[in-house]
Amino acid sequence: MSNGNAALGLPESGPPRFESLDAVRGGLAQVGYLADESISGVVYLADRLAKPVLVEGPAGTGKTQLAKSVAELTGARLIRLQCYEGLDESKALYEWNYRKQLLRIQAGEHGKSEEEGPSWSELEEDIFSEDFLLTRPLLEAIRATEPVVLLVDEVDRVELETEALLLEILSEYQVSIPELGTVRATQLPMVFLTSNNTRELSEALKRRCLYLHIDYPDLEREREIVRTKVPGISEELADQVARIVRSLRTLELRKAPSVSETIDWARTLVLLGVETIDAAGAKDTLHILLKYQADIERASKELLSASAS
Amino acid sequence: MLDLLSGFVTELRRSGLPVSLTEHLDAAEAVKHIPLEDREALKYALAATLVKSSSHWRAFETAFEVFFAVRTGRAGGSEDEEGAAEGDELNGEQSGQGAGQGQRRSWQSGGGGEGMTPEELAEMLFKSLLSADAGLMNMVASNAVDRYAGMEPGRPVGGTYYLYRTLRNLDLDAVLERLMAQAQAGAAGGSLTDLEERLAADEFKARIDKFRRSVETEIRRRLVEDRGVEALARSVRKPLPEDIDVMHATREELATLHRVLQPLSRKLAVRLARKRRHGRKGPLDFRATVRRSLSTGGVPIEPRFRHPRPAKPEIFVIADISGSVASFARFTLHLVYAISSQFSKVRSFVFVDGIDEVTRFFEGVVDPAEAVARINLEADVIWVDGHSDYGHALTEFHRRWGDQVTSRSSVIILGDARNNYHASASWVVEDLQARARRVYWLNPEPRDYWGSGDSIVGEYAAHCDDVVECRTLRQLEHFVGNLA
Repeated sequence: MSNGNAALGLPESGPPRFESLDAVRGGLAQVGYLADESISGVVYLADRLAKPVLVEGPAGTGKTQLAKSVAELTGARLIRLQCYEGLDESKALYEWNYRKQLLRIQAGEHGKSEEEGPSWSELEEDIFSEDFLLTRPLLEAIRATEPVVLLVDEVDRVELETEALLLEILSEYQVSIPELGTVRATQLPMVFLTSNNTRELSEALKRRCLYLHIDYPDLEREREIVRTKVPGISEELADQVARIVRSLRTLELRKAPSVSETIDWARTLVLLGVETIDAAGAKDTLHILLKYQADIERASKELLSASAS
Repeated sequence: MLDLLSGFVTELRRSGLPVSLTEHLDAAEAVKHIPLEDREALKYALAATLVKSSSHWRAFETAFEVFFAVRTGRAGGSEDEEGAAEGDELNGEQSGQGAGQGQRRSWQSGGGGEGMTPEELAEMLFKSLLSADAGLMNMVASNAVDRYAGMEPGRPVGGTYYLYRTLRNLDLDAVLERLMAQAQAGAAGGSLTDLEERLAADEFKARIDKFRRSVETEIRRRLVEDRGVEALARSVRKPLPEDIDVMHATREELATLHRVLQPLSRKLAVRLARKRRHGRKGPLDFRATVRRSLSTGGVPIEPRFRHPRPAKPEIFVIADISGSVASFARFTLHLVYAISSQFSKVRSFVFVDGIDEVTRFFEGVVDPAEAVARINLEADVIWVDGHSDYGHALTEFHRRWGDQVTSRSSVIILGDARNNYHASASWVVEDLQARARRVYWLNPEPRDYWGSGDSIVGEYAAHCDDVVECRTLRQLEHFVGNLA
């Protein structure tokens, strides 16, 4: 593995961050993220293969949280690049600090007369040095000497052309700056990309990543999540919450309740001092789980009103 | 292992998954890092490296079940044997033997030997479902397959029939009712509230679903032993959702299509909106350029351009919704309405032998699927006998709405043009072409069949700007994407 990297000109990957699959899972559980087998498996592989992870799935299933938790677990700094339409090189990679460059040139002119001043080539070399470079998240992640986790959030929001910016960093862990040369990573950052799947990502991007699809958790896991995230919830209530949410997800809704909404709902119930959920109580708080009026009506009709079956 | 992996990758490619060489190498690398006896880990390692889209997951899973089923059976420590104490020897014995023989022997030793009557089996199934005991469930599944599936070695089938036979004999609906009755009886306050009842029902349904999957796995495992990996993979291969032939889709496939349709239409809408916004620059805005030049002493340094305003076309969809092409028409209407913001107006008409305007169903509806469902119930499309009559429907369209088609409209006609030997009335299409900006014909039949039998698509094609074969969602998406 490390030999292969050296041959390819990749930086050494260093010692693996995780001992085994179970170590990943246990570690994530310690920082409050309950991973299922696929999640912990992919995180483990991402470390061993030194590959970025592309995380897809419905909103609110913990895609971003995964990156945060991994950062916390490995004690790494989290560097986040929030993608949006119109994101470009100067926001994602690096930018030259024009004002400072200008000041530098003016300072040179003022200080000395024409002959004594620095020659143009000297000046050029000077103003295109690292002092005048403003690093943006991607370059920052590459140049960091301490361990970092890079999170490229909602990568599907950028245009197809902008995706290309990411390719070099994802496969080679390096950034080429025309004036400076190539900046190589001193350590391999763990990279997570999240996507809400509003458009198809390019093949080139997908090929360079491990793919992880995070779906809504199954009953047991959701119950556990509720129990870890909502202090003071009784086992019984957590179970009921998870089961109601599962039933809701089987309905054809415009927007199925996400995990974060489940947690919010459970918190609300605890705050209200609810011990067990009955139909009326559920109806009153349903708006926390469902965000469309049509969905709420449908859910109350199907689930909560008389003669559901 | 490497051989098995390349066989697996080949199979994925045959199912239509785009697996590149790099991904194959990644998978090979990934396998090195996980404990091989851990089947779940293997599955996720392969999935992470080979499958890059969630809609391909099912195809991957099917192939995986086939390719990596035998190994776990022989390893002797697979999960379906661990919990099931009694099932143990049975499975071990069977996998050790030759295929066909093993089946018959195990039938005797498994079904007869332990002396399980059908009633006992049903009882055990009930118990396993009630207690959600996975080990017991697997054992019951294995026994049930022995008893009911009646598997015949060497038959080139995918196992759906065996599954059907097994489940029919177990009568899961009755089991569900029994479970519910049990839950009612065991309730604290005498009977369950509606909410509790619903929750219990969902819980049991989930368990029964799990059991069904376990039966399926069992059948598949035996089929692999019988006929080998490659042969079975060919029988169970399923097309990807976007490649399903809409006209001949099974009910299950249609359900899959419905599920992918919504994300697909959303993606299409996003893409088109972006295309429009980032389109080329409009013509030079002379006034703004002069105004701008004042700040540079009248020298027009920075030219200004108008915002591009590409004309939004008006769309007329005329769809055949007779039995043979109904589902196709539904998908097209759904997709067109999902991106209706890209058009200045969408009007839709459906016909069989009569024709009716259905635009009103789509007005003020959030989800096009609802409107499409209403069309089937409420549209008035039968004129005489309910067999497609393109001639009459088109003439009628021309008489009632023909003058509303203008040079800003695009007309899309959907149908297989199988006219039951009625008159074609292709002059209508000719006239529409003269009036409209474009006339398209979408035909859900394979191109080879066009013009055979009572298909008269050729007669209409002469007057259309384009006739497109549109059998799958992929083709449909492509067409609709180019329309806007």
